[in-house]
Amino acid sequence: MGITVEHVTKRFDEFLAIDDVCLEVPTGSLVALLGPSGSGKSTLLRMIAGLESPDQGRIFLTGEDATQKDVRDRDIGFVFQHYALFKHMTVRKNIAFGLEIRQQPRPKIRARVEELLELVQLRGLGDRYPHQLSGGQRQRVALARALAVEPRFLLLDEPFGALDAKVRQELRSWLRHLHDDVHVTTVFVTHDQEEAMEVSDYVVVMHHGRIEQVGTPAEIYDRPQTSFVMSFIGPVNILPAHAPLATPEAASASPEARRVFVRPRDINISVAPTPDTVPAKIQRLTHLGWEVKLDLLLEDGHSLQAHLSREQFDPLGLVPSQTVHINPKAIKSFPLDYAI
Amino acid sequence: MKPRRWKIELWVLNFIALSYLALVLVVPMANVFYQAFKDGMEGFWLTFSNEDFRSAAKLTITVAAIAVPLNTVFGLCAAWVLARHRFPGKAIVLSILDLPFSISPVVAGLMIVLLYGRNGWFGGWLEANNVRVVFAFPGIALASAFVSLPFVAREVIPVLEELGKDQEEAARTLGANSWQTFWRVIVPSIKWGLLYGVLLTNARAIGEFGAVSVVSGNIAGDTQTLPLFVETAYKEYQTQAAYSASVALALLAIVTLVAKNILASATKSGEKH
Repeated sequence: MGITVEHVTKRFDEFLAIDDVCLEVPTGSLVALLGPSGSGKSTLLRMIAGLESPDQGRIFLTGEDATQKDVRDRDIGFVFQHYALFKHMTVRKNIAFGLEIRQQPRPKIRARVEELLELVQLRGLGDRYPHQLSGGQRQRVALARALAVEPRFLLLDEPFGALDAKVRQELRSWLRHLHDDVHVTTVFVTHDQEEAMEVSDYVVVMHHGRIEQVGTPAEIYDRPQTSFVMSFIGPVNILPAHAPLATPEAASASPEARRVFVRPRDINISVAPTPDTVPAKIQRLTHLGWEVKLDLLLEDGHSLQAHLSREQFDPLGLVPSQTVHINPKAIKSFPLDYAI
Repeated sequence: MKPRRWKIELWVLNFIALSYLALVLVVPMANVFYQAFKDGMEGFWLTFSNEDFRSAAKLTITVAAIAVPLNTVFGLCAAWVLARHRFPGKAIVLSILDLPFSISPVVAGLMIVLLYGRNGWFGGWLEANNVRVVFAFPGIALASAFVSLPFVAREVIPVLEELGKDQEEAARTLGANSWQTFWRVIVPSIKWGLLYGVLLTNARAIGEFGAVSVVSGNIAGDTQTLPLFVETAYKEYQTQAAYSASVALALLAIVTLVAKNILASATKSGEKH
């Protein structure tokens, strides 16, 4: 196992940042810690790095107890959200920093730096200073600097958080390709579920200092285990268990406090009623180009949203105020255990 | 209409600022040089060959050579602790650090006399061990160190705070120990603030009069620093000597400023903030 976290707890004064967390990160995998801000994901990452120390519990790196180990001896590369480049050094000097600290011979450092500049596609920019680079370029320098010492673990704390949408998208797929080439065990923190799903082998969903669920992106999406995971990964409709579209088993098995969850994309819409549909009135149609959003009102006064692809939407010829008949496909039921 | 009025206001503002500068700073300063050199270079050089003057200049430079490194190291440590750590009583420590600014230098000198003087707390012990502090070099050094203590810490704290912990943490994750992090990452990042703090410390240590005059005893050729020499010469109607020594003091300040600028341009190539 690459990284093992055993019953780790961390408090900041009164705030419980990490609450008895256990986690295993397989060697060579790319894992995303996903959660809203304040969920403890960055704290967990920083504890794995050794930048924070746990109050309780242990952390193993490659089977070895690293709880008491200094950051320097953990064999990690760390990438910070705001790059944390050394402003007074050139790109080349930044990348060479870890190698110079390790007193590698100069020709070897020079060769390795060139290799990394090539890897992060910054050849020719080696003599620039960080302030002369764009955000995306800076973050790639930070990555090259972290990778220069060939760490066994690469830890990234919201690495694309400070970048604009387009650069984010580029760097995401670039990170994925990089990982396929370099195969270093990688953990990255993000609050963006799309980013987590797109880049990682496994997603660890965190909430209130605890792990809600660990799984592949598909598992997390298809079989969410808690209402939080269901609603954090993609849009969702939440209705009381007695609403007309609740399946009989969900309704009967659930006490009052339970809710049913259905994703807007899992709602079938037809113009004519069938035995398993319920009527709903279209309140609003929003065209997003590739997709159409329908705001629907059920007869009992609950509203919900359905998302249709253009292929689904166009043949139906729907108009606002029309009554349609809906049939939700994948209804899930959870106790309502948190405030949304 | 509006742009024209603005022009006038700007002109008035400029005039006020420049007149004030000229009145308070430039004219007195120029006058010192004028008075020192008005009878030619001869009088100036004559002062330079004066034994008491030489001794005073030597003492002043020696005092600065002790107070400045001492306060630089202390100031850096204090800045580090105050900028990077939260602890109860931090606000109090920050105010204590400013005491040398707020206490009159004469009072500072008195405090030293009361502690280390013949009848002071440590006076008996010092006398028994044949160590002289007051009316001797150690007292002068102490007084100069006291009055110039806050500058480095005060200049470096805001720079460290602005710098944040990111770069230090990055250095640690890359394998640097505290020493390497300090020299390779922190010092280059705070060097301008640090240098400015050192310059101010130096200027204050060289120029201090009040505190030093209380503890030194002002013995010509022995415990007389340059500012004390200037005062004594002036009181004894040796105007030429007073002005020449003032010029020497001013030159010491100018030399440090020039040194700073040379350093700055030498290290600045390609680098910005």
